[in-house]
Amino acid sequence: MSKIHDARRVVITGIGVVAPGDVGTKPFWEMLTAGRTATRLISSFDASPFRSQVAAECDFDPAAEGLSQRQVRAWDRTTQFAYVAAREALADSGVTGEADPLRTGVMAGTACGMTMSLDREYAVVSDEGRLWHVDDAHGVPYLYDYYVPSSMAAEIAWLAEAEGPAGVVSAGCTSGIDVLTHAADLVRDGAADVMVAGASDAAISPITVACFDAIKATTPRNDAPESASRPFDRTRNGFVLGEGAAFFVLEEYAHARRRGARAYAEIAGSATRCNAYSMTGLRSDGWELAEAVSSALDIARLDPSEVDYVNAHGSATRQNDLHETVAFKRSLGPHAYSVPISTIKSMIGHSLGAVCALEVAASALTIAHGVIPPTANLREPDPDCDLDYVPLTAREAAVSTVVSVASGFGGFQSAIVLTEPGRRR
Amino acid sequence: MTGRLAPAPATGTAPGTAPGTAAPGTGTWRPCGRHRPVVTGLGVVSPNGLGTERYWAATLRGDSGIGRITRFDPSGYTSSLAGEITDFDPARLPNRLLPQTDLMTRFALVAAEEALNDAGADPRAMPDFAAGVVTAASAGGFDFGQRELEALWSRGGAHVSAYQSFAWFYPVNSGQISIRHGMRGPGGALVAEQAGGLDAVAKARRHVRDGTPLMLTGGVDGSLCPWGWLCMTRSGGLTGRTDPHRAYLPFSPDASGYVPGEGGALLVLEDPRAAAERGVRRIYGRIAGYAATFDPRPGSGRKPGLGRALRLALDDAGIGPADVDVVFADAMGVPTLDAVETQVLAAEFGPRGVPVTAPKTMTGRLLAGGASLDLAAALLSLRDQVVPPTVHVDSGDVPDTLDLVVGAPRSARLRHALVLARGHGGFNSAMVVCGRD
Repeated sequence: MSKIHDARRVVITGIGVVAPGDVGTKPFWEMLTAGRTATRLISSFDASPFRSQVAAECDFDPAAEGLSQRQVRAWDRTTQFAYVAAREALADSGVTGEADPLRTGVMAGTACGMTMSLDREYAVVSDEGRLWHVDDAHGVPYLYDYYVPSSMAAEIAWLAEAEGPAGVVSAGCTSGIDVLTHAADLVRDGAADVMVAGASDAAISPITVACFDAIKATTPRNDAPESASRPFDRTRNGFVLGEGAAFFVLEEYAHARRRGARAYAEIAGSATRCNAYSMTGLRSDGWELAEAVSSALDIARLDPSEVDYVNAHGSATRQNDLHETVAFKRSLGPHAYSVPISTIKSMIGHSLGAVCALEVAASALTIAHGVIPPTANLREPDPDCDLDYVPLTAREAAVSTVVSVASGFGGFQSAIVLTEPGRRR
Repeated sequence: MTGRLAPAPATGTAPGTAPGTAAPGTGTWRPCGRHRPVVTGLGVVSPNGLGTERYWAATLRGDSGIGRITRFDPSGYTSSLAGEITDFDPARLPNRLLPQTDLMTRFALVAAEEALNDAGADPRAMPDFAAGVVTAASAGGFDFGQRELEALWSRGGAHVSAYQSFAWFYPVNSGQISIRHGMRGPGGALVAEQAGGLDAVAKARRHVRDGTPLMLTGGVDGSLCPWGWLCMTRSGGLTGRTDPHRAYLPFSPDASGYVPGEGGALLVLEDPRAAAERGVRRIYGRIAGYAATFDPRPGSGRKPGLGRALRLALDDAGIGPADVDVVFADAMGVPTLDAVETQVLAAEFGPRGVPVTAPKTMTGRLLAGGASLDLAAALLSLRDQVVPPTVHVDSGDVPDTLDLVVGAPRSARLRHALVLARGHGGFNSAMVVCGRD
């Protein structure tokens, strides 16, 4: 049970999305509910030397999104995604001009920061790896902004005219949940009334692809890119690298009500745990992820039986999907067998730190619209993954409570509980 | 459920409402709230000393660890000085960890071990999920990253290490520390350049208040490799001077920028009742208050957020300016930013109203590790009732309104210390620590 009083509650009043496929929340939601996939062969560089050549890329044109020439040139793609997603979330919430800048903050999550720019600029200053003493004469002026990813939070703070607490939360592939936990805590504790928070990752670059090749975490299914991400399927063989961003306006509930804002969902509880086991591996008993789920439900004062939908991590590695299935049984008990569970990674791939923010966006939209997005490509269920993973087709359902989970490198395991706004507790 | 922690009484987190404190601003001594998280262990790796006590003795002596970079030849770059750790022995760590860790992670693992030993804490012997780790990061394991980028570009993707996927990433120190010591509570990393070194401690404090008995927190950082160095020289803040004694001169008229460095500090933060229950007899002090702000966009005409962070941190601590006995300044060494800090200190404390110091003149600015090291220094100051000096700065050069402790340590009655930290791009954080009751 949380020791901290929860008089101040936190709701989501704005959502902004840059996801594989077309930019924006509406195309994102349409794609998910249609069960369409955005995975394809990598188009942004020649991936033919690599084991895995599949990715879920965003059709993102920064100039068409209204970014200035300077923003196009100087900003990493991660920052560009974050900016466009945060801008949509702010417009969606209508909070601009209605909140005190001193009581407005920004938290950005990322796993890989400005990896794409660092990879590209390293190749220039090192003359493609020939120089250990990289060449100062070819170093662009933006290198420090790529080096420290908090530059992304700074740009969003200026966009939002926020002068409250700001920073970056990073915990690898749980970053997108952990950043919302941290931002929500800042609102609950009274450090801010409004937080613009979310996560962004754009790391489909040679170094990232090589990293995951090295540990065979990504799928080599290059002959069927559209159906390469197969969570909970017997034929799954690794994740599909993705990219994207989701940002939210988190707002203190009374503040949102006073200005008549629409709330999609309440952040009712969340928690993270370390498995203290391996930087990349998962313990087969799912204990720490189960503990994160249980702890998040405790904070939300909900019984496992009250969970209407679980948005799974579902990365489609052999290990993860088993680990997660065990963790759901451990944390939800018999209810694990009846609650619908699905993963949008089957459609948008695994955008590392950003993906769990995208999953929270999908979870909030599930509550708002009463539609559960499916697990695409799930045609041959793994007998060891024996829960209801909502295969192939979206399902209409009244959903008032969602648990979304994430599991990542470093051993971090996170869970977040969203509920219908204004639920009694 | 197994391992669930017993709930304890609410701790009252709203600013200014903390029990055990009186009205702010009176300047009379009050005990620092007994409910506040206590610091029970410290671990330090610093350019002027490995280990807490060696660092502290060197710092009181005024020994600087700043010099010309030796790890690579800096002659091709616009800056060549750094606070470099030259006496670190990686054999202090198990062999199997070496191929998978960046140098800064090795530093962090050694600091974590020291901090936990200092606190007499063994997380493996504690209940499940009773200990967690939140660290500050800036750029992750950049040295490791440069080697793997080199392998990728010169030899091809198949030559990239299987460890690269996590050895460079921002929360790598948290992950490795949690694994080494069996810490299964909350974990993660915060990034706000220098300010992150306080933000991480504040997040750890939050976890302690929320029911995790013990958190390891702080920051240890560094990327003294050519690729990291080139990036750092683009911050716009580095001095190009080559004389280590006349390079990093915060608050001086001839300040020309700062010197970066590597290292930092980790702290063991505990719930006071949990610490008492496991028999802890000695604490360094308590985390009394914290706040963070962000600067308005340049040219907006609005005031920078440093002063507001300072005031909000004092409010959170339930004290007023007169209760602050020493300030560990951010001390950027960039004239415009030094001027902002000087003005804030004069406005909040009055001209020469509080002793101010910057022991980081001996270490350089340690990225995400610097503010955590300042926090450790502040706690050691409270323990020993002495303010460490700022070095290399001539007393005659200091602005009249600033009581900068220069040249030699100053004994003083110290109850509350304030640590300020600013992160590149506009991040401001302030933290108040109080000494033993």
